[in-house]
Amino acid sequence: MGMNTQGRPTRMAENISTGGYAETTSGSKGLDQAEALIYERGSVEQTGVDLPDVKGRKTRLGGLERQSKLGMPGLSEPETMRHYVRLSRKNYAIDLGLYPLGSCTMKHNPRLNEKMARLPGFADVHPMQPASTVQGAYQVIGELAHWLMTLCGMPGVAMSPKAGAHGEFCGMMAIRAKLDADGQTHRRRVLVPESAHGTNPATAVQCGFTVDEIPADETGRVDMEAFKAKLGDDVAGIMLTNPNTCGLFERDIREIADLIHEAGGYFYCDGANFNAIVGRVRPGDLGVDAMHINLHKTFSTPHGGGGPGSGPTVLSEALAAHAPVPFVVQKGESWELVEHEADAEGEPFGRMAAFHGQMGMFTRALTYMMSHGSDGLKQVAEDAVLNANYIQARLSHVMTVAFEGTCMHEALFDDRFLADTGVTTLDFAKAMIDEGYHPMTMYFPLVVHGAMLIEPTETESRSGLDRFIETLEALALAAKAGETERFQAAPVHAPTKRLDETKAARQPILRWTPSNEPEMEAAE
Amino acid sequence: MTTRFTEDHEWITVDGDIATVGITAYAAEQLGDVVFVELPDVGKQVKKGDEFAVVESVKAASEVYAPVDGEIVEINDGLDGEPAKVNEAPLGDGWFVKFKLADASQLEGLMDEAAYNAHIA
Amino acid sequence: MRYLPHTETDRKAMLDAIGVASIDDLFTDVPEAARQDGLIDLPRKQTELSVERAMFAMASKNISASSAPFFVGAGAYKHHIPSTVDHLIQRSEFLTAYTPYQPEISQGTLQTLFEFQTQVAQLTGMDVANASMYDGSTACAEAVMMAARVTKRNKAVMAGSVHPHYVEATKTLAKYSEVDVVRTEPGLGGLDAVAELIADDVACIVVQTPDVFGQLHDLRSISEAAHAKGVLVIAVFTEAVALGLVEAPGAMGADIAVGEGQSIGVGLNFGGPYVGLFACKDDRRFIRQMPGRLAGETVDADGRRGFVLTLSTREQHIRRDKATSNICTNSGLCALAWTIHMTLLGEKGLKQLAQINHETACDLADALDEIDGVEVLNDAFFNEFALRLPKNAAEVVDDLAKVGVLGGVPASRLFPGQFDDVLLVAATETNTEEDIAIFAKALKGVL
Repeated sequence: MGMNTQGRPTRMAENISTGGYAETTSGSKGLDQAEALIYERGSVEQTGVDLPDVKGRKTRLGGLERQSKLGMPGLSEPETMRHYVRLSRKNYAIDLGLYPLGSCTMKHNPRLNEKMARLPGFADVHPMQPASTVQGAYQVIGELAHWLMTLCGMPGVAMSPKAGAHGEFCGMMAIRAKLDADGQTHRRRVLVPESAHGTNPATAVQCGFTVDEIPADETGRVDMEAFKAKLGDDVAGIMLTNPNTCGLFERDIREIADLIHEAGGYFYCDGANFNAIVGRVRPGDLGVDAMHINLHKTFSTPHGGGGPGSGPTVLSEALAAHAPVPFVVQKGESWELVEHEADAEGEPFGRMAAFHGQMGMFTRALTYMMSHGSDGLKQVAEDAVLNANYIQARLSHVMTVAFEGTCMHEALFDDRFLADTGVTTLDFAKAMIDEGYHPMTMYFPLVVHGAMLIEPTETESRSGLDRFIETLEALALAAKAGETERFQAAPVHAPTKRLDETKAARQPILRWTPSNEPEMEAAE
Repeated sequence: MTTRFTEDHEWITVDGDIATVGITAYAAEQLGDVVFVELPDVGKQVKKGDEFAVVESVKAASEVYAPVDGEIVEINDGLDGEPAKVNEAPLGDGWFVKFKLADASQLEGLMDEAAYNAHIA
Repeated sequence: MRYLPHTETDRKAMLDAIGVASIDDLFTDVPEAARQDGLIDLPRKQTELSVERAMFAMASKNISASSAPFFVGAGAYKHHIPSTVDHLIQRSEFLTAYTPYQPEISQGTLQTLFEFQTQVAQLTGMDVANASMYDGSTACAEAVMMAARVTKRNKAVMAGSVHPHYVEATKTLAKYSEVDVVRTEPGLGGLDAVAELIADDVACIVVQTPDVFGQLHDLRSISEAAHAKGVLVIAVFTEAVALGLVEAPGAMGADIAVGEGQSIGVGLNFGGPYVGLFACKDDRRFIRQMPGRLAGETVDADGRRGFVLTLSTREQHIRRDKATSNICTNSGLCALAWTIHMTLLGEKGLKQLAQINHETACDLADALDEIDGVEVLNDAFFNEFALRLPKNAAEVVDDLAKVGVLGGVPASRLFPGQFDDVLLVAATETNTEEDIAIFAKALKGVL
């Protein structure tokens, strides 16, 4: 018999324990590969692009040639690819799993949106091209404006705000402009519930208003008596999130709107949670005067690791004339862009930014809206609310629901169920990381102790929700069973252990410098 | 030389007409890890109740109020590089500023240690 | 609907688990008068194919920059982007991640931001940079507000040669604040008018180089004059590639450098999204007052290096009404595109790219200067310059478009009622000798 004994073994040697080899020589752990900074990898002599030769002709720089050092390394194309692909694998993403960040609406990002945004007719067009060469781009802005105004039941929309907070600024500026135009210059106080996003008070102050906080009642909604007591002739308006940051619909919203209008103020609605009601409720019917819409939340444009966002802001009849420049108008078959305040019929309060808004987000959002249609969008709201209530109902026996009753698109829990376990909301969140989930929003809203705000969105399947619920159930039971250390040590299965944010803030290192020791090697 | 306390968790120790002010151990504990203290310029005149400093922890930024009227005569430069002193020794190395007292009678209204301990209990 | 996973069976089972009879029972808090019966009056759902057709029809009404000889600039520039960039930013883990609030599972985003911050600081010759702003104009506006906070002064002087959109965005942000923004008379001259306004009560001067007319400025002497009065210098740029060849703001005395990063990695996108670059000197006073997010280095529980968002007590979610700015988001994915492109370039590639841009612009200036009645107005420029024409520039641009040439931006579009005969033209590495010849011929033809 001709016997080849050099073949590959197909199983491990017997009696081998796989535990106890947590550290590796390279710092990588299998597919979780350590990746140094480009400054530790590249060289200033290296480049990953091929460019034509320079001609060496005489410059016309007026003697302003750069003398100062750059010091930026380059990487070849394969090294670049590997650097960023390796880094990408250290990120959680909606494409990897449920991303239950309350108030952030992490839903599926359809790739059709990406494909449409990259059509050369949209992506490779300059904002200052002559109008005759960009009619389709103006049309996209106009069509999207039509969808937003119709969905909101509002007669105006400012398209240029670059993110949600920028849209808030737009709405509050429109209110300020309207008040000033009407001689209501004594109205400088804005009412903001204490459960509001931090952007609300910050925005009000940027527009020259003072902030007056309204407490929540025991149901997690605006305390109506406190609200009424704060009305007066110096009130400019109210900034209210609806559904609110506790995931609850403000039942008294019409009364709030009526009272604020009667008092001579305006109603700014933070539209961050529009996903809960899109297609089912028009904010205009609730008495809203201005509301920003986060296209990256409700209308599925990707969050991209923190932007870009886009925050078109719908406006009521009273405020529409104060919308900022620029905006598009349809004249017969063609579209025109109004770029200057002097060319506008109304009284724009100014300009928010250069050019015409986040076109790349407009094309994505419009693609998404057309895909869903009015019927699909209504289903979006319904499934989003259904999913949040399903989570709340199924976890209420092991976790503590902050407010009784059904919720809208997000379920809010507090930390009472962790009482006496030694496990904090932060620990609980970090333990979710070990289970393969991104944690929910934690410690927000501020009105709830140790808040955990879970927003599943409509794009999660029932079986996916079931797995998530079972995981949280098991974690809650483990916490109650005294497995405290497991929580306090978490995460242990993530690309890094828990990071020291105090050190980062006390001794800020905000950039690489040649003297930064690569501490990674020390750890190896 | 006795130390007095405010309801807003500042402490004040007077030596002659100079008062040293900081935040209490209870406040430092509640704020968590202090990462930065923003102090006023020397020479600044403050009134009782004015916001004269901001203390930032990883999770919050809080205003610190003047317990009495006076002029800032010295600030604790040591906090700039080592804000952790506020957590480690809030009544010692973690002091914030020294005031020249404008009106010593304002001290009367402040709490002594026992009263403060009862206040936070 | 293809994006919604539930079947009717699922929905029924879930309603049962919740203990309600129908979906309407979950919307009972909505006031009856505001409940929408039936569907809102908009088109119904569509297949992927039919949406594509509709979007394609709109896209095809536009002339794309690559399909014509293209010389448009004025704040956004056409550059070639390596294909690696778009591939990488479409990685699910970058594209579909949120703000890195959970650093242990966001090291990809955080490390790239840390690298981005370093690259921006190096490019601008400054010490530190933030994790990006919405765009150059909003970065400029925020820089002015920051300067006012740092100096505790309430007046800002902007040069007339700063991009008018940047001036307008700044005035809008400052409109109801205590900060008073003044602008000097626009024009192609130097910065003397700005220098004259430097005074003890001024928080900052804002100067742009290359400016909106493409003119380069030496900021050294005006910076000295400003610093002598305790005035901060904010240097603006709209063409980041220029910094590969032209002296950095940091080396010319700027305290804060802000600009548009679009020309590296991002593309034209009809004006957005872009990426605002924001850098400043390393001064504790400055960093505490800086707007926007910052990534910083730290260690994990095992002592290994890692990155987190830091100094967030400056930000709105903690400071609320006392925040440095209401900004909540940065321009994450565009910052990623920027840093990938910059990593591919390295300083070697960047310098070469900048040199090619400048040489192409010089060739263009030579070719156009030869046309009768056409005059190049700049004595120093990078890749963009102003031309005086013997006729109305807006009409010329429209006429050029009719013959298939995208020939720049009439200055009057940025300065209504002024500079009617001035045309702003830009050239980049994407312009061929043939493009330049076609443009020169077409311009001659329409004059």
